[in-house]
Amino acid sequence: MELWFSEKHTETVKLSIKVDKQLVSLQSDFQRIDIFDSQEFGRFLTLDGYMMLTEKDEFIYHEMITHVPMAVHPNARRVLVIGAGDGGVIRELTRYKNVEHIDLVEIDEMVVKICKEYLPQTACCFDDPRVHPYYEDGLKFVRKHENEYDLIIVDSTDPFGPGEGLFTKEFYGNCYKALKEDGIMVNQHESPFYTSDAIAMKRAHKRIVESFAISRVYQAHIPTYPSGHWLFGFASKKYHPIHDLNASRWNALGLKTSYYNTNLHKGAFYLPNYVQEMLHDVE
Amino acid sequence: MSKLIGDAACAKSEGEKNNETDRLSCQTEAPILEALEEFKQMRLVPFDVPGHKRGKGNKELTEFLGEKCLTVDVNSMKQLDNICHPISCIKAGEELAAMAFGAAHAFFMVNGTTSAVQAMILSVCKRGDKIILPRNVHRSVINALVLCGAIPVYINPQINERLGIALGMKLSEVEEAINANPDAVAVLVNNPTYYGICSNLKAITQLAHAHNMFMLVDEAHGTHFYFGENLPIDAMTAGADFSSASMHKSGGSLTQSSFLLCGANVNAKHVRQVINLTQTTSGSYLLLSSLDISRRNLALHGKQIFHDVENLVEYARKEINHIGDYYAYSKELINGDSIYDFDVTKLSINTLDVGLAGIEVYALLRDEYDIQIEFGDIGNILAYVSVGDSYKNIERLIGALSEIRRLYKKSRVGMLRHEYITPQVVTTPQEGFYSEKMSLPLEESVGHICAEFVMCYPPGIPILAPGEAITKEIIEYIKYAKDKGCSMTGPEDMEINRLNVLRGD
Repeated sequence: MELWFSEKHTETVKLSIKVDKQLVSLQSDFQRIDIFDSQEFGRFLTLDGYMMLTEKDEFIYHEMITHVPMAVHPNARRVLVIGAGDGGVIRELTRYKNVEHIDLVEIDEMVVKICKEYLPQTACCFDDPRVHPYYEDGLKFVRKHENEYDLIIVDSTDPFGPGEGLFTKEFYGNCYKALKEDGIMVNQHESPFYTSDAIAMKRAHKRIVESFAISRVYQAHIPTYPSGHWLFGFASKKYHPIHDLNASRWNALGLKTSYYNTNLHKGAFYLPNYVQEMLHDVE
Repeated sequence: MSKLIGDAACAKSEGEKNNETDRLSCQTEAPILEALEEFKQMRLVPFDVPGHKRGKGNKELTEFLGEKCLTVDVNSMKQLDNICHPISCIKAGEELAAMAFGAAHAFFMVNGTTSAVQAMILSVCKRGDKIILPRNVHRSVINALVLCGAIPVYINPQINERLGIALGMKLSEVEEAINANPDAVAVLVNNPTYYGICSNLKAITQLAHAHNMFMLVDEAHGTHFYFGENLPIDAMTAGADFSSASMHKSGGSLTQSSFLLCGANVNAKHVRQVINLTQTTSGSYLLLSSLDISRRNLALHGKQIFHDVENLVEYARKEINHIGDYYAYSKELINGDSIYDFDVTKLSINTLDVGLAGIEVYALLRDEYDIQIEFGDIGNILAYVSVGDSYKNIERLIGALSEIRRLYKKSRVGMLRHEYITPQVVTTPQEGFYSEKMSLPLEESVGHICAEFVMCYPPGIPILAPGEAITKEIIEYIKYAKDKGCSMTGPEDMEINRLNVLRGD
């Protein structure tokens, strides 16, 4: 018997992973949640059939979405995390002693519940006293805050589902408002490779550029995401992602990482020509 | 048609309308839908119109709309009945609709609610008859007067100073108009207005009937009153004689489909003849089946549907009022007369304290935030919320409004509030429309009689109608509304730099 998980990356391209066992399959109020065990990628989580994370490659995503802004902001104490019910971003953030307060806003409490039970590799730090979870709409939450956060990390699903509202101008604008005068927002920025992902990526970028003074994009290689080539957005009121990188300060923290380092930080902002052109088109 | 004797004969008691079990058991049927399903299984060879032959002759259209849609775009035939002379499934569908709405008769309308409005006016008014109506009527009402030659007697809808919106009619003003025009044949009321405001429908109906006048109700924005709970009274329950109920707005049917409802004292056979004066003889079965299906849905699930809509809108109102400067109004406006009731499913929002005209907020929502709302006028916007909406989308609207305030807020100075200008009817709309005319530049038209409509659209309430005097105040308002970006329609000159006026006045 062979059991395979397949995700269509486009209408004519798919990625398949051989599954040992399906551990969870349920429908929450918002989406379908599945957890599988596999030989190659270990345990993995899918939402509505879309790959969210695998034990094997989640470190890339979580390190890159967290350490890049943390190495730029001189003292991020109050952080807002939107989405991220798997806990991976929280795990990375709680490694910083200067972080005093983390608000986590996840629309689907069931995702957190399932991840705590089945994915302790990422959902390990929800009990940290600095973490304050809220189970509500991210746009609604951020709308009610002003001048409060040093850093906002938007770890959303794709823009076609519960995460749709997190790719809009009203959302980015409200994030701007919720940030302090030197705040940074980092978001999951989709992929430039396949056409439909690229359209979503450009749209998101256009909306961020309209809202923030500094808006740059950086990349990482994530094997289980469509095309493997993934982007993140770095939007900021004051700090430049490369000029204001304080490499010695970050290295002095002595955080052990598997993907991120301060040289790669700089390199990640140097993008392929076709991606630069796409971004330039909407800037 | 026989004139009314009094209101007792036509009023439907609440009990009669709410005989729940009987009503619901028949309402599970959808005769037009069923006839179409049956028709599809017969696999007839079509040597009749439409020429696309179930879509096969127009592949591009079939690709775009879908094969299912094209296979039921068919002509009247034996088993599918005929909208001009219904004897089988359309007749049954109309009877079920009448029952669902608590009407004596219901007509399927496929030429828009405009055709329902015109049919009810043309059924009771002929040339020279007077009809009492508020000025904030839809353009279709005055168009009907152009067609039939009736004389409008306008009642000044009260204006809410704070919001700059036209309200309902005061009972005392209706009474004055009736006393001053005892020869009028009908009274027409909006239930509710575009903004959700209701007049004292029951009392006005009783008053009209006591003076032997027909009671006509434009319920283009009130279909849900018949199905939801704790909503304002509907026309049939209030004892009115006619209602044009726009099923395609809150009722969920396809655009352009609508109902004309009649009370017990209306000669439905005559109304059918009037409808057939202007109605297509090729009634679309897409529209007809959408009416049938939507009627069934509302009859069976309407309570829950509008309960959910009300909750969504209440939530939005609370959050929007919390943003500051915006005012999403509701029942607190009720004053027992010109605002006798309020339709809580309407999300009407005043924007003046943000320093932006409603039309400006409307444009920002669309251009900057990819949010399309129903309309913006000088001081207000209306977001249409229905069963198809979700909290997720409501959050987007609230989030965008909050951002617009943060980024675009201005001082309120220089904002025009008044939108209502008392019309001076010099001659009938028909006379004004059909007389010899000439074209004048906007400024030079002051003092002349207008030969055409000027409308601020949406919501399509006339600023000028044919046969009315053009004043300096009106010209200033037209310029201002143009300047604010309102879509102005009506005149032959699309730019509205010139107006057609009556020659030799």
